[in-house]
Amino acid sequence: MSLLDVSDIVIRYGRLTAVRGVSFSLNEGDILFITGPNGAGKSSLLRAIAGVTPIVGGSISLDGKSLAGLAPEDIARLGLSMVPEGRHVFGSLSVEENLLVGTGMHVGKNGWRARVASDLEAVYDTFPILRERRNGQAGLLSGGQQQMLVIGRALMTNPRLIAIDEPSLGLAPNITDQVYERLMALRAQRGLTLLIVEQSSTRAVMTGGRMVLMRGGQIVLEGDAREVGTGDQIQAAYFGYEDH
Amino acid sequence: MLQIVFDALTLGSLYALGALGIALIFGVMRLVNFAHGDVIAFCVFALLWPSVDAVAIVFAGNLPWYLLIPFVVLVGAGLSVLCEIVVFRRFRDASPATMMIASFALGFVIRYFLLMLFTSRPKSISLLPALSQPVEIFGARLPLLQLITIVTTLLVLAGLTIFLRRTRFGLEMRAAAENFAMARMLGVRANRVIMLAFALSGALAGAIALIFGSQTGTADIQMGAAIMLMAFIATVIGGLGSLGGAVLAGFLLGAASVVMQVVLPVDARPFRDAFVYGAVILVLLFRPQGLLVARGTKERV
Repeated sequence: MSLLDVSDIVIRYGRLTAVRGVSFSLNEGDILFITGPNGAGKSSLLRAIAGVTPIVGGSISLDGKSLAGLAPEDIARLGLSMVPEGRHVFGSLSVEENLLVGTGMHVGKNGWRARVASDLEAVYDTFPILRERRNGQAGLLSGGQQQMLVIGRALMTNPRLIAIDEPSLGLAPNITDQVYERLMALRAQRGLTLLIVEQSSTRAVMTGGRMVLMRGGQIVLEGDAREVGTGDQIQAAYFGYEDH
Repeated sequence: MLQIVFDALTLGSLYALGALGIALIFGVMRLVNFAHGDVIAFCVFALLWPSVDAVAIVFAGNLPWYLLIPFVVLVGAGLSVLCEIVVFRRFRDASPATMMIASFALGFVIRYFLLMLFTSRPKSISLLPALSQPVEIFGARLPLLQLITIVTTLLVLAGLTIFLRRTRFGLEMRAAAENFAMARMLGVRANRVIMLAFALSGALAGAIALIFGSQTGTADIQMGAAIMLMAFIATVIGGLGSLGGAVLAGFLLGAASVVMQVVLPVDARPFRDAFVYGAVILVLLFRPQGLLVARGTKERV
Protein backbone atom coordinates (compact mmCIF):
# COMPACT_ATOMS: atom_id res chain seq x y z
CA MET A 1 0.00 0.00 0.00
CA SER A 2 1.29 3.43 -0.82
CA LEU A 3 1.84 6.14 1.77
CA LEU A 4 -0.05 8.90 -0.04
CA ASP A 5 -2.80 8.30 -2.55
CA VAL A 6 -4.21 11.21 -4.50
CA SER A 7 -7.03 10.12 -6.75
CA ASP A 8 -8.77 12.22 -9.36
CA ILE A 9 -9.04 15.37 -7.27
CA VAL A 10 -10.80 18.52 -8.42
CA ILE A 11 -10.34 21.96 -6.83
CA ARG A 12 -12.48 24.98 -7.63
CA TYR A 13 -12.33 28.59 -6.55
CA GLY A 14 -15.80 29.86 -7.36
CA ARG A 15 -16.28 29.29 -11.07
CA LEU A 16 -12.58 28.83 -11.72
CA THR A 17 -11.35 25.25 -11.78
CA ALA A 18 -7.76 25.18 -10.56
CA VAL A 19 -7.17 21.42 -10.55
CA ARG A 20 -9.13 19.02 -12.76
CA GLY A 21 -8.70 15.36 -12.02
CA VAL A 22 -5.15 14.84 -10.78
CA SER A 23 -3.99 11.45 -9.48
CA PHE A 24 -0.69 10.14 -8.22
CA SER A 25 0.66 8.02 -5.39
CA LEU A 26 3.78 8.01 -3.28
CA ASN A 27 5.50 5.13 -1.51
CA GLU A 28 7.50 5.45 1.67
CA GLY A 29 10.87 7.04 0.84
CA ASP A 30 9.77 8.23 -2.60
CA ILE A 31 10.57 11.61 -3.99
CA LEU A 32 8.13 13.30 -6.34
CA PHE A 33 8.53 16.67 -8.02
CA ILE A 34 5.48 18.56 -9.19
CA THR A 35 6.57 21.08 -11.79
CA GLY A 36 4.82 23.37 -14.18
CA PRO A 37 4.26 27.01 -15.08
CA ASN A 38 2.49 29.62 -12.98
CA GLY A 39 -1.18 28.93 -12.46
CA ALA A 40 -0.87 25.24 -13.27
CA GLY A 41 -2.54 24.34 -9.97
CA LYS A 42 0.57 23.00 -8.20
CA SER A 43 0.16 25.00 -5.01
CA SER A 44 -3.58 24.35 -4.90
CA LEU A 45 -2.86 20.65 -5.10
CA LEU A 46 -0.40 20.80 -2.22
CA ARG A 47 -2.74 22.91 -0.09
CA ALA A 48 -5.55 20.47 -0.70
CA ILE A 49 -3.36 17.61 0.48
CA ALA A 50 -2.55 19.59 3.66
CA GLY A 51 -6.26 20.14 4.27
CA VAL A 52 -6.11 23.90 3.78
CA THR A 53 -8.04 24.07 0.50
CA PRO A 54 -11.21 21.97 0.13
CA ILE A 55 -11.58 19.59 -2.79
CA VAL A 56 -14.84 19.23 -4.68
CA GLY A 57 -14.09 15.84 -6.17
CA GLY A 58 -11.79 12.87 -5.79
CA SER A 59 -10.07 11.59 -2.67
CA ILE A 60 -6.82 11.85 -0.75
CA SER A 61 -5.64 9.20 1.66
CA LEU A 62 -2.62 8.76 3.85
CA ASP A 63 -1.71 5.17 4.73
CA GLY A 64 -5.07 4.10 3.43
CA LYS A 65 -6.91 6.49 5.75
CA SER A 66 -9.06 9.07 3.98
CA LEU A 67 -8.19 12.68 4.79
CA ALA A 68 -11.65 13.92 3.81
CA GLY A 69 -13.05 16.40 6.31
CA LEU A 70 -9.91 16.50 8.43
CA ALA A 71 -8.61 19.87 9.65
CA PRO A 72 -5.03 20.88 8.78
CA GLU A 73 -3.92 20.21 12.36
CA ASP A 74 -5.31 16.66 12.24
CA ILE A 75 -3.49 15.95 8.99
CA ALA A 76 -0.25 17.34 10.44
CA ARG A 77 -0.72 15.04 13.41
CA LEU A 78 -1.00 12.05 11.06
CA GLY A 79 2.54 12.73 9.90
CA LEU A 80 2.11 14.93 6.84
CA SER A 81 4.07 18.12 7.28
CA MET A 82 3.45 20.99 4.91
CA VAL A 83 5.88 23.81 4.12
CA PRO A 84 3.77 26.34 2.23
CA GLU A 85 5.08 28.81 -0.29
CA GLY A 86 6.52 32.03 1.08
CA ARG A 87 8.42 31.03 4.23
CA HIS A 88 5.90 31.60 6.96
CA VAL A 89 8.19 31.99 9.93
CA PHE A 90 6.69 33.35 13.13
CA GLY A 91 8.71 36.54 12.98
CA SER A 92 8.23 37.70 16.55
CA LEU A 93 9.15 34.30 18.03
CA SER A 94 12.71 33.19 18.54
CA VAL A 95 14.25 30.64 16.21
CA GLU A 96 13.99 27.91 18.83
CA GLU A 97 10.39 28.81 19.65
CA ASN A 98 9.57 28.50 15.96
CA LEU A 99 11.00 25.01 15.98
CA LEU A 100 9.03 24.07 19.08
CA VAL A 101 5.60 25.15 17.78
CA GLY A 102 5.28 21.92 15.82
CA THR A 103 6.09 19.64 18.72
CA GLY A 104 2.76 20.08 20.52
CA MET A 105 1.54 16.84 19.00
CA HIS A 106 4.20 14.86 20.88
CA VAL A 107 3.39 16.35 24.29
CA GLY A 108 2.36 13.74 26.82
CA LYS A 109 3.62 10.76 24.84
CA ASN A 110 6.14 8.47 26.45
CA GLY A 111 9.50 10.21 26.79
CA TRP A 112 8.46 13.15 24.65
CA ARG A 113 10.75 15.63 26.34
CA ALA A 114 13.86 13.66 25.50
CA ARG A 115 12.60 13.12 22.00
CA VAL A 116 11.91 16.79 21.37
CA ALA A 117 15.35 17.64 22.72
CA SER A 118 17.05 15.12 20.44
CA ASP A 119 14.97 16.24 17.43
CA LEU A 120 16.04 19.78 18.17
CA GLU A 121 19.67 18.72 18.22
CA ALA A 122 19.20 16.89 14.93
CA VAL A 123 17.77 20.01 13.28
CA TYR A 124 20.61 22.11 14.67
CA ASP A 125 23.11 19.58 13.34
CA THR A 126 21.48 19.75 9.94
CA PHE A 127 21.32 23.55 9.90
CA PRO A 128 24.13 24.79 12.15
CA ILE A 129 23.26 28.44 11.48
CA LEU A 130 19.97 27.91 13.34
CA ARG A 131 21.85 26.79 16.44
CA GLU A 132 23.91 29.97 16.30
CA ARG A 133 20.80 32.11 16.05
CA ARG A 134 18.57 29.98 18.30
CA ASN A 135 17.65 32.81 20.67
CA GLY A 136 17.42 35.48 17.99
CA GLN A 137 14.14 36.72 16.58
CA ALA A 138 13.17 34.61 13.58
CA GLY A 139 11.98 37.64 11.61
CA LEU A 140 15.52 38.94 11.50
CA LEU A 141 16.96 35.90 9.72
CA SER A 142 17.94 36.20 6.07
CA GLY A 143 15.75 34.60 3.43
CA GLY A 144 17.89 31.49 3.15
CA GLN A 145 18.03 31.05 6.90
CA GLN A 146 14.26 31.43 7.10
CA GLN A 147 13.88 28.73 4.48
CA MET A 148 16.08 26.43 6.59
CA LEU A 149 14.01 27.35 9.64
CA VAL A 150 10.68 26.43 8.04
CA ILE A 151 12.08 23.13 6.82
CA GLY A 152 13.62 22.43 10.22
CA ARG A 153 10.32 23.36 11.85
CA ALA A 154 8.44 20.95 9.62
CA LEU A 155 10.94 18.20 10.54
CA MET A 156 10.31 18.82 14.25
CA THR A 157 6.84 17.34 13.82
CA ASN A 158 8.61 14.08 12.98
CA PRO A 159 6.76 13.67 9.70
CA ARG A 160 6.63 10.65 7.46
CA LEU A 161 5.94 12.85 4.48
CA ILE A 162 7.04 16.41 3.96
CA ALA A 163 5.43 18.56 1.27
CA ILE A 164 7.38 21.65 0.27
CA ASP A 165 6.16 24.41 -2.00
CA GLU A 166 8.99 26.03 -3.98
CA PRO A 167 11.93 25.59 -1.62
CA SER A 168 14.16 27.47 -4.06
CA LEU A 169 11.95 30.55 -4.44
CA GLY A 170 13.93 33.70 -3.74
CA LEU A 171 17.04 31.81 -2.72
CA ALA A 172 20.52 32.11 -4.16
CA PRO A 173 21.38 28.95 -6.13
CA ASN A 174 24.14 27.87 -3.75
CA ILE A 175 21.75 28.16 -0.79
CA THR A 176 19.20 26.11 -2.72
CA ASP A 177 21.89 23.50 -3.26
CA GLN A 178 22.45 23.35 0.48
CA VAL A 179 18.74 23.01 1.24
CA TYR A 180 18.41 20.15 -1.26
CA GLU A 181 21.51 18.45 0.02
CA ARG A 182 20.00 18.42 3.53
CA LEU A 183 16.66 17.13 2.29
CA MET A 184 18.30 14.27 0.41
CA ALA A 185 20.39 13.39 3.45
CA LEU A 186 17.25 13.23 5.60
CA ARG A 187 15.56 11.03 3.03
CA ALA A 188 18.50 8.65 3.08
CA GLN A 189 18.77 8.67 6.89
CA ARG A 190 15.17 8.16 7.93
CA GLY A 191 13.23 7.24 4.83
CA LEU A 192 11.48 10.57 4.68
CA THR A 193 9.07 10.85 1.77
CA LEU A 194 9.32 14.07 -0.22
CA LEU A 195 6.73 15.90 -2.27
CA ILE A 196 8.25 19.00 -3.79
CA VAL A 197 6.71 21.70 -5.92
CA GLU A 198 9.07 23.61 -8.19
CA GLN A 199 8.33 25.82 -11.15
CA SER A 200 11.16 24.57 -13.29
CA SER A 201 12.20 20.99 -13.86
CA THR A 202 15.90 21.81 -13.49
CA ARG A 203 16.00 20.81 -9.83
CA ALA A 204 14.13 17.61 -10.48
CA VAL A 205 16.63 16.65 -13.16
CA MET A 206 19.56 17.51 -10.88
CA THR A 207 18.14 15.64 -7.91
CA GLY A 208 16.53 12.68 -9.61
CA GLY A 209 13.31 10.97 -8.61
CA ARG A 210 9.89 10.98 -10.14
CA MET A 211 8.41 14.05 -11.75
CA VAL A 212 5.01 15.19 -12.93
CA LEU A 213 4.43 18.27 -15.02
CA MET A 214 1.18 20.15 -14.52
CA ARG A 215 -0.42 22.61 -16.84
CA GLY A 216 -3.94 24.06 -16.75
CA GLY A 217 -4.82 22.00 -13.69
CA GLN A 218 -3.88 18.65 -15.20
CA ILE A 219 -0.88 16.37 -15.34
CA VAL A 220 0.46 16.57 -18.87
CA LEU A 221 3.66 14.61 -18.47
CA GLU A 222 5.05 12.19 -15.92
CA GLY A 223 7.93 9.83 -15.46
CA ASP A 224 11.50 9.61 -14.23
CA ALA A 225 12.82 13.17 -13.89
CA ARG A 226 16.06 12.44 -15.70
CA GLU A 227 14.23 10.86 -18.63
CA VAL A 228 11.32 13.23 -19.15
CA GLY A 229 12.85 16.36 -17.65
CA THR A 230 15.13 17.11 -20.57
CA GLY A 231 14.62 17.61 -24.25
CA ASP A 232 11.84 18.76 -26.51
CA GLN A 233 9.15 16.69 -24.88
CA ILE A 234 9.14 18.74 -21.69
CA GLN A 235 9.34 22.05 -23.53
CA ALA A 236 6.32 21.14 -25.57
CA ALA A 237 4.45 20.07 -22.44
CA TYR A 238 5.51 23.11 -20.42
CA PHE A 239 4.53 25.68 -23.00
CA GLY A 240 1.69 23.68 -24.48
CA TYR A 241 2.93 23.62 -28.09
CA GLU A 242 0.71 20.68 -28.87
CA ASP A 243 -2.28 23.02 -28.65
CA HIS A 244 -1.11 24.95 -31.71
CA MET B 1 0.17 65.57 42.16
CA LEU B 2 0.63 62.04 43.43
CA GLN B 3 -3.13 61.82 43.56
CA ILE B 4 -3.27 62.52 39.83
CA VAL B 5 -0.71 59.84 39.10
CA PHE B 6 -2.68 57.26 41.03
CA ASP B 7 -5.96 58.32 39.44
CA ALA B 8 -4.36 57.99 36.03
CA LEU B 9 -2.95 54.57 36.84
CA THR B 10 -6.28 53.36 38.19
CA LEU B 11 -8.27 54.43 35.17
CA GLY B 12 -5.48 53.26 32.89
CA SER B 13 -5.57 49.84 34.57
CA LEU B 14 -9.21 49.39 33.66
CA TYR B 15 -8.63 50.41 30.07
CA ALA B 16 -5.51 48.28 29.82
CA LEU B 17 -7.28 45.17 31.12
CA GLY B 18 -10.19 45.81 28.76
CA ALA B 19 -7.91 46.41 25.79
CA LEU B 20 -6.01 43.21 26.57
CA GLY B 21 -9.26 41.23 26.52
CA ILE B 22 -10.04 42.57 23.07
CA ALA B 23 -6.51 42.24 21.71
CA LEU B 24 -6.21 38.59 22.80
CA ILE B 25 -9.23 37.58 20.74
CA PHE B 26 -8.36 39.86 17.85
CA GLY B 27 -4.92 38.27 17.76
CA VAL B 28 -6.10 34.74 17.11
CA MET B 29 -9.36 35.40 15.24
CA ARG B 30 -9.18 38.89 13.70
CA LEU B 31 -12.45 39.46 15.54
CA VAL B 32 -13.14 42.77 17.26
CA ASN B 33 -15.39 41.48 19.99
CA PHE B 34 -17.88 44.21 20.82
CA ALA B 35 -19.73 41.85 23.13
CA HIS B 36 -16.80 42.11 25.54
CA GLY B 37 -18.33 45.08 27.37
CA ASP B 38 -21.55 43.21 27.91
CA VAL B 39 -19.66 40.24 29.30
CA ILE B 40 -18.22 42.68 31.86
CA ALA B 41 -21.71 43.90 32.77
CA PHE B 42 -22.94 40.31 32.98
CA CYS B 43 -20.19 39.50 35.48
CA VAL B 44 -21.39 42.28 37.78
CA PHE B 45 -25.01 41.20 37.56
CA ALA B 46 -24.04 37.60 38.18
CA LEU B 47 -23.54 38.69 41.78
CA LEU B 48 -27.19 39.71 42.17
CA TRP B 49 -30.61 38.11 42.24
CA PRO B 50 -32.95 39.27 39.50
CA SER B 51 -35.15 42.11 40.77
CA VAL B 52 -36.56 45.43 39.69
CA ASP B 53 -35.63 47.29 42.89
CA ALA B 54 -33.16 50.13 43.01
CA VAL B 55 -31.25 48.43 45.77
CA ALA B 56 -29.73 45.20 44.62
CA ILE B 57 -30.60 41.92 46.26
CA VAL B 58 -27.24 40.37 46.66
CA PHE B 59 -26.65 36.76 45.75
CA ALA B 60 -22.99 35.93 45.40
CA GLY B 61 -21.80 39.45 46.23
CA ASN B 62 -21.58 38.66 49.93
CA LEU B 63 -19.13 35.84 49.49
CA PRO B 64 -15.77 36.34 51.15
CA TRP B 65 -13.21 37.73 48.74
CA TYR B 66 -11.34 34.49 48.23
CA LEU B 67 -14.52 32.92 46.84
CA LEU B 68 -15.91 36.05 45.23
CA ILE B 69 -12.93 36.67 42.98
CA PRO B 70 -12.71 33.15 41.50
CA PHE B 71 -16.50 33.12 41.11
CA VAL B 72 -16.61 36.30 39.02
CA VAL B 73 -13.54 35.36 37.00
CA LEU B 74 -15.03 31.95 36.24
CA VAL B 75 -18.38 33.47 35.27
CA GLY B 76 -16.56 35.75 32.83
CA ALA B 77 -14.45 32.97 31.36
CA GLY B 78 -17.46 30.64 31.15
CA LEU B 79 -19.71 33.14 29.40
CA SER B 80 -16.94 34.11 27.02
CA VAL B 81 -16.23 30.51 26.05
CA LEU B 82 -19.97 29.93 25.64
CA CYS B 83 -20.10 32.88 23.22
CA GLU B 84 -17.30 31.27 21.24
CA ILE B 85 -18.93 27.85 21.05
CA VAL B 86 -22.48 29.02 20.38
CA VAL B 87 -21.83 32.02 18.13
CA PHE B 88 -18.32 32.83 16.96
CA ARG B 89 -17.38 29.30 15.96
CA ARG B 90 -19.96 29.51 13.15
CA PHE B 91 -18.35 32.69 11.86
CA ARG B 92 -14.77 31.52 11.87
CA ASP B 93 -14.35 31.67 8.11
CA ALA B 94 -16.41 34.84 7.77
CA SER B 95 -14.93 38.25 7.03
CA PRO B 96 -13.82 40.43 9.96
CA ALA B 97 -16.72 42.80 9.27
CA THR B 98 -19.25 39.97 9.51
CA MET B 99 -17.72 38.74 12.75
CA MET B 100 -17.78 42.25 14.20
CA ILE B 101 -21.46 42.65 13.41
CA ALA B 102 -22.15 39.25 14.94
CA SER B 103 -20.38 40.43 18.09
CA PHE B 104 -22.55 43.57 18.20
CA ALA B 105 -25.63 41.41 17.94
CA LEU B 106 -24.39 39.05 20.63
CA GLY B 107 -23.65 42.02 22.89
CA PHE B 108 -27.22 43.21 22.52
CA VAL B 109 -28.54 39.75 23.29
CA ILE B 110 -26.56 39.68 26.55
CA ARG B 111 -27.56 43.26 27.42
CA TYR B 112 -31.27 42.66 26.82
CA PHE B 113 -31.10 39.44 28.75
CA LEU B 114 -29.88 41.49 31.71
CA LEU B 115 -32.51 44.14 31.00
CA MET B 116 -35.20 41.50 31.16
CA LEU B 117 -34.07 40.24 34.55
CA PHE B 118 -32.95 43.46 36.20
CA THR B 119 -34.62 46.34 34.27
CA SER B 120 -32.52 49.21 32.98
CA ARG B 121 -32.48 51.04 36.33
CA PRO B 122 -28.96 51.19 37.79
CA LYS B 123 -28.71 49.50 41.18
CA SER B 124 -26.46 50.40 44.02
CA ILE B 125 -24.27 47.60 45.20
CA SER B 126 -21.55 47.39 47.75
CA LEU B 127 -18.77 45.08 46.71
CA LEU B 128 -15.88 44.47 49.05
CA PRO B 129 -16.69 47.55 51.20
CA ALA B 130 -13.47 47.21 53.16
CA LEU B 131 -11.62 48.45 50.12
CA SER B 132 -13.04 51.96 50.17
CA GLN B 133 -11.12 52.82 53.32
CA PRO B 134 -8.38 55.32 52.65
CA VAL B 135 -4.73 54.57 53.07
CA GLU B 136 -1.87 57.00 53.15
CA ILE B 137 1.05 56.59 50.75
CA PHE B 138 3.83 59.10 50.26
CA GLY B 139 1.60 61.72 51.82
CA ALA B 140 -1.32 61.10 49.48
CA ARG B 141 -4.58 59.73 50.82
CA LEU B 142 -6.20 57.30 48.49
CA PRO B 143 -8.77 54.55 48.74
CA LEU B 144 -7.26 51.14 49.30
CA LEU B 145 -9.22 50.06 46.23
CA GLN B 146 -7.11 52.25 43.95
CA LEU B 147 -3.94 50.69 45.23
CA ILE B 148 -5.37 47.19 44.87
CA THR B 149 -6.56 47.95 41.36
CA ILE B 150 -3.12 49.00 40.26
CA VAL B 151 -1.36 46.11 41.98
CA THR B 152 -3.87 43.60 40.62
CA THR B 153 -3.44 44.91 37.11
CA LEU B 154 0.31 44.67 37.32
CA LEU B 155 0.04 41.13 38.69
CA VAL B 156 -2.35 40.12 35.92
CA LEU B 157 -0.03 41.59 33.30
CA ALA B 158 2.98 39.83 34.78
CA GLY B 159 1.08 36.55 35.02
CA LEU B 160 -0.12 36.79 31.46
CA THR B 161 3.37 37.60 30.22
CA ILE B 162 4.81 34.57 31.96
CA PHE B 163 1.98 32.44 30.62
CA LEU B 164 2.57 33.60 27.05
CA ARG B 165 6.37 33.41 27.22
CA ARG B 166 6.97 30.30 29.26
CA THR B 167 4.23 27.77 28.63
CA ARG B 168 3.34 25.60 25.68
CA PHE B 169 -0.17 27.10 25.56
CA GLY B 170 1.41 30.52 25.42
CA LEU B 171 3.77 29.48 22.64
CA GLU B 172 0.89 28.10 20.61
CA MET B 173 -1.16 31.25 21.19
CA ARG B 174 1.64 33.54 20.10
CA ALA B 175 2.28 31.45 17.00
CA ALA B 176 -1.43 31.33 16.18
CA ALA B 177 -1.79 35.07 16.69
CA GLU B 178 0.93 35.69 14.19
CA ASN B 179 -0.05 33.19 11.52
CA PHE B 180 -3.01 31.02 12.34
CA ALA B 181 -3.00 28.95 9.16
CA MET B 182 0.67 28.08 9.54
CA ALA B 183 0.26 27.18 13.20
CA ARG B 184 -2.49 24.74 12.26
CA MET B 185 -0.27 23.12 9.64
CA LEU B 186 2.15 22.45 12.50
CA GLY B 187 -0.52 20.61 14.44
CA VAL B 188 -1.68 23.45 16.70
CA ARG B 189 -5.35 22.77 17.45
CA ALA B 190 -7.42 25.76 16.36
CA ASN B 191 -10.34 25.15 18.70
CA ARG B 192 -8.15 24.84 21.74
CA VAL B 193 -6.24 28.04 21.08
CA ILE B 194 -9.36 30.05 20.32
CA MET B 195 -11.24 28.76 23.35
CA LEU B 196 -8.26 29.58 25.51
CA ALA B 197 -8.15 33.12 24.14
CA PHE B 198 -11.84 33.53 24.91
CA ALA B 199 -11.42 32.09 28.39
CA LEU B 200 -8.56 34.47 29.19
CA SER B 201 -10.44 37.40 27.73
CA GLY B 202 -13.53 36.50 29.79
CA ALA B 203 -11.46 36.12 32.95
CA LEU B 204 -10.11 39.63 32.34
CA ALA B 205 -13.70 40.83 31.92
CA GLY B 206 -14.46 39.33 35.33
CA ALA B 207 -11.53 41.18 36.87
CA ILE B 208 -12.71 44.45 35.33
CA ALA B 209 -16.24 43.81 36.59
CA LEU B 210 -14.97 43.41 40.16
CA ILE B 211 -12.82 46.52 40.03
CA PHE B 212 -15.33 48.71 38.23
CA GLY B 213 -18.23 47.45 40.33
CA SER B 214 -16.41 48.22 43.58
CA GLN B 215 -15.31 51.62 42.30
CA THR B 216 -18.65 52.88 41.12
CA GLY B 217 -20.84 51.06 43.61
CA THR B 218 -23.49 50.61 40.94
CA ALA B 219 -24.61 47.85 38.66
CA ASP B 220 -25.79 49.24 35.37
CA ILE B 221 -26.46 47.24 32.22
CA GLN B 222 -24.71 49.98 30.23
CA MET B 223 -21.59 49.88 32.37
CA GLY B 224 -19.58 47.64 30.08
CA ALA B 225 -20.18 49.73 26.99
CA ALA B 226 -18.23 52.75 28.26
CA ILE B 227 -15.16 50.70 29.11
CA MET B 228 -15.49 48.69 25.93
CA LEU B 229 -15.34 51.82 23.77
CA MET B 230 -12.19 53.11 25.45
CA ALA B 231 -10.64 49.65 25.48
CA PHE B 232 -11.33 49.24 21.79
CA ILE B 233 -9.74 52.61 21.07
CA ALA B 234 -6.75 51.55 23.13
CA THR B 235 -6.30 48.40 21.04
CA VAL B 236 -6.43 50.46 17.86
CA ILE B 237 -3.96 53.07 19.11
CA GLY B 238 -1.72 50.36 20.48
CA GLY B 239 -1.62 48.62 17.11
CA LEU B 240 -4.34 46.01 16.58
CA GLY B 241 -3.12 42.61 17.61
CA SER B 242 -0.23 43.85 19.72
CA LEU B 243 -0.81 42.93 23.36
CA GLY B 244 1.93 45.20 24.67
CA GLY B 245 0.61 48.05 22.58
CA ALA B 246 -2.92 47.54 23.91
CA VAL B 247 -1.71 47.75 27.50
CA LEU B 248 0.47 50.78 26.83
CA ALA B 249 -2.30 52.61 25.02
CA GLY B 250 -4.76 51.71 27.78
CA PHE B 251 -2.58 53.38 30.36
CA LEU B 252 -1.98 56.37 28.07
CA LEU B 253 -5.70 56.85 27.55
CA GLY B 254 -6.30 56.66 31.29
CA ALA B 255 -3.59 59.22 31.87
CA ALA B 256 -4.91 61.50 29.13
CA SER B 257 -8.41 61.44 30.60
CA VAL B 258 -7.24 62.19 34.12
CA VAL B 259 -4.74 64.86 33.10
CA MET B 260 -7.28 66.64 30.94
CA GLN B 261 -9.76 66.60 33.79
CA VAL B 262 -7.21 68.53 35.83
CA VAL B 263 -5.63 70.75 33.21
CA LEU B 264 -8.64 71.85 31.21
CA PRO B 265 -10.37 75.07 32.28
CA VAL B 266 -13.46 74.44 34.38
CA ASP B 267 -15.82 75.41 31.60
CA ALA B 268 -14.24 72.95 29.20
CA ARG B 269 -14.25 69.96 31.56
CA PRO B 270 -17.65 68.65 30.52
CA PHE B 271 -16.12 68.27 27.08
CA ARG B 272 -13.15 66.29 28.36
CA ASP B 273 -13.98 63.24 26.27
CA ALA B 274 -14.01 65.36 23.12
CA PHE B 275 -10.45 66.40 23.90
CA VAL B 276 -9.41 62.80 24.60
CA TYR B 277 -10.87 61.63 21.30
CA GLY B 278 -9.23 64.58 19.58
CA ALA B 279 -5.91 63.35 20.90
CA VAL B 280 -6.77 59.88 19.62
CA ILE B 281 -7.34 61.28 16.13
CA LEU B 282 -4.00 63.08 16.29
CA VAL B 283 -2.16 59.93 17.31
CA LEU B 284 -3.74 57.96 14.50
CA LEU B 285 -2.95 60.68 11.97
CA PHE B 286 0.72 60.41 12.80
CA ARG B 287 0.89 56.68 13.47
CA PRO B 288 -1.96 55.02 11.59
CA GLN B 289 -0.41 51.61 12.22
CA GLY B 290 -0.61 52.12 16.00
CA LEU B 291 2.05 52.77 18.58
CA LEU B 292 3.54 49.30 18.50
CA VAL B 293 3.26 47.55 15.17
CA ALA B 294 1.90 44.06 15.57
CA ARG B 295 4.55 41.51 14.68
CA GLY B 296 5.86 42.57 11.35
CA THR B 297 6.29 39.51 9.23
CA LYS B 298 8.14 41.38 6.58
CA GLU B 299 9.40 39.07 3.92
CA ARG B 300 13.14 38.90 3.64
CA VAL B 301 15.15 37.51 0.80
